[in-house]
Amino acid sequence: MSASSTPGNPSLTGGAGATFAGSIHEWVTTVDHKRLGLLYIGSGLLFFLIGGVEAALMRAQLAMPGNELLEPQEFNRLFTMHGTTMVFLVGMPIITGFGNYLIPLMIGARDMAFPRLNAWGFWMFLFGGLVLYMSYFASMGLYGAGTAPDVGWFAYAPLSGRAFSRGNATDYWVLGIMISGFGSISGAVNMIATTITMRCRGMTMGRLPLFVWMMLVVSFLILLALPVLTAAQVMLLFDRFLGAHFFDTQAGGDAVLWQHFFWFFGHPEVYILMIPGFAYASEIIPVFSRKVIFGYSFMVAATIAIGLVAVGVWAHHMFTVGMGRGLNIWFAVITMVVGIPTGIKLFNWIATMYGGKIQMKTPMLFCIGFLGQFLVAGLSGILLSGAPLNWQLSDSYFVVAHFHFVLIGGLLFTIFAALYYWFPKVTGLMLSEKLGRWHFWLFFVGFHVTFTTMHVQGILGMPRRIYTYPGDRGWAIWNFISSAGVVFQMAGVLCFLAAVVLAFKRPRRAGPDPWNAWTLEWSTSSPPPAYNFLTLPEVRSRRPLWDLKHPHDPDWEHE
Amino acid sequence: MTAAQALPMEGSSWNRGRVGMACLIFGESTFFSIFVVAYLFYLGKSLSGPQPQDVLEFPLVATVCLLSSSLTVVWGVRALAAGRRWQAGLGLALTVGLGASFIGATALEWSRLIFQQGLAIDTNLFGTTFYSLVGFHAAHVILGLMMLSGIGVGVAAGKVTAQHAERVEIVSWYWHFVDAVWLVVLTTVYVVGV
Repeated sequence: MSASSTPGNPSLTGGAGATFAGSIHEWVTTVDHKRLGLLYIGSGLLFFLIGGVEAALMRAQLAMPGNELLEPQEFNRLFTMHGTTMVFLVGMPIITGFGNYLIPLMIGARDMAFPRLNAWGFWMFLFGGLVLYMSYFASMGLYGAGTAPDVGWFAYAPLSGRAFSRGNATDYWVLGIMISGFGSISGAVNMIATTITMRCRGMTMGRLPLFVWMMLVVSFLILLALPVLTAAQVMLLFDRFLGAHFFDTQAGGDAVLWQHFFWFFGHPEVYILMIPGFAYASEIIPVFSRKVIFGYSFMVAATIAIGLVAVGVWAHHMFTVGMGRGLNIWFAVITMVVGIPTGIKLFNWIATMYGGKIQMKTPMLFCIGFLGQFLVAGLSGILLSGAPLNWQLSDSYFVVAHFHFVLIGGLLFTIFAALYYWFPKVTGLMLSEKLGRWHFWLFFVGFHVTFTTMHVQGILGMPRRIYTYPGDRGWAIWNFISSAGVVFQMAGVLCFLAAVVLAFKRPRRAGPDPWNAWTLEWSTSSPPPAYNFLTLPEVRSRRPLWDLKHPHDPDWEHE
Repeated sequence: MTAAQALPMEGSSWNRGRVGMACLIFGESTFFSIFVVAYLFYLGKSLSGPQPQDVLEFPLVATVCLLSSSLTVVWGVRALAAGRRWQAGLGLALTVGLGASFIGATALEWSRLIFQQGLAIDTNLFGTTFYSLVGFHAAHVILGLMMLSGIGVGVAAGKVTAQHAERVEIVSWYWHFVDAVWLVVLTTVYVVGV
């Protein structure tokens, strides 16, 4: 980025960015961690809208029994693309984007450890996503065997093998996800190297903001999990193109091995997506409760514990494949153990709020929504970890409700909280509090109308991934309610988009520290200059800005 | 605030290059472990021949070449750090030569297996897992050879000097990692597997 950037708004409009072509050139060639973070978050939000439209189409199809809005094949493509998009092209880039933007600012550094690798990772992610979506236009190929992948987001063998998945649709799934995975792995390497080697004076590990600690654990989990998926996908490609037999039961191969490999990636992936949500909540809840986070070291320890346990629970996705009694018991028990560190976190957030002067600003509203919904998600998770109950509910809408409570009620709510919380830092402009409230309440109501009811459909026996159902099963009314909730969710998201547009149309300056917060990113201007800090900061406690604002009663006298 | 505070990583040799390479090696290890698991899981489950014990020969020469190349690379890196340019170039050249011999030995082994024993990747589960595991390791050896030869050319041309010794050392970590993976592959395929 050029040194001649406009001082007022350097991370949004560059010096050479006076012309449109010039600003495109600046964004494409940037290695600045803040711009790359925004590119990650921006493209993640675009994919979020696409994935949201896919979900809305499926809910429209399921609103009535016997509906003929979508072809069965089209429905299969939609649920595959929706799941793949939301996990790999929405969740992953948004968490990486926040990490990229905030880690250097929070630890008092001027950039990530490897800025060019950072840019490489972003473009790998974006082109991986484009490869996946190119399947809609390009994968008809010579076979005329379908367009987008339709094997589900976990692409179980042997369905994803050559015999049952003709044409190239599945290859687009493999290659797109593999390429964007390389981006995630390089991002994880970068976040670890930055956190370990780039901290400013006094920023010991014990003073790291919890956000940074949690992203560190997430990065290790990415290094542990993503290469496993890559390896399994390579095996699938070898099966499909070279005639190898990894998952070929005709030649003695084992289709269940794919499930083991996939979920050995897939379950840590859930924590890779969810721990960043914890990270945002751990920064936001203390600021809007006007209290120090309760049990800092327990939060760090619980995060590490979740990271460790995360690699030992994968087969709880596989209770119904017949693993045998011993493995069922092991995976049921270990899965229940996850509830302990997670429970510690929930109690710590509540204890942080307890007795605080709580300010019900939009970020805090989303965090409080997250606390309750994540509790429900955790409890239905513990229900599902009991193997006998799981045999009844597996692959039903109960499971769909559970993981949407985790990923929407948990992750997406905290992402919205984070967007409202850090938007003033990124742009220097405040988002409308009024539209933020509308966004929260509409989305909150829509979310519960759609997903709380899905528990009922699941208990009534409705399997996931069916494109339609007969009217006499008692599912119709619940499905109609579920689909109706989508309208509220979409209205909520529209409020958010309106708030963003309005922030630029009728700018209200935020100043460097609109929330009266305590971590280092709020000590520099909003938006931060390209070099982040004029002089690199020095810290003596976990709340360096508190120390600056209260020189008579600094934190480091008490820590 | 006083100026007495030190940078957190001051005095530590863990700079960003080292941490980055260590992370890359960690990620690569998980990648390889999945292929090792697949190899062990499918051991003896091939429905048709050839079986490992019928066709595999212990790759003694290749192993000696690759393991000793770890020593020559250390020798070369130390020479580079001390400014002994010719010795550094010799160390890197020896390393590349030994690594290339390893690849040559693998090529001979594969051509024997494919053309004489009739074992290809689509023959049976043994072929599938064997060529994937050994092939991915060989691909990493080739990647390491490319990096080391590039550095070797730089040393010969006088472009890579003592001030780059630390970066070269970080590349040599990758080479040691490739060596360590070979020990795992060797144990899995040629000791446990036959």
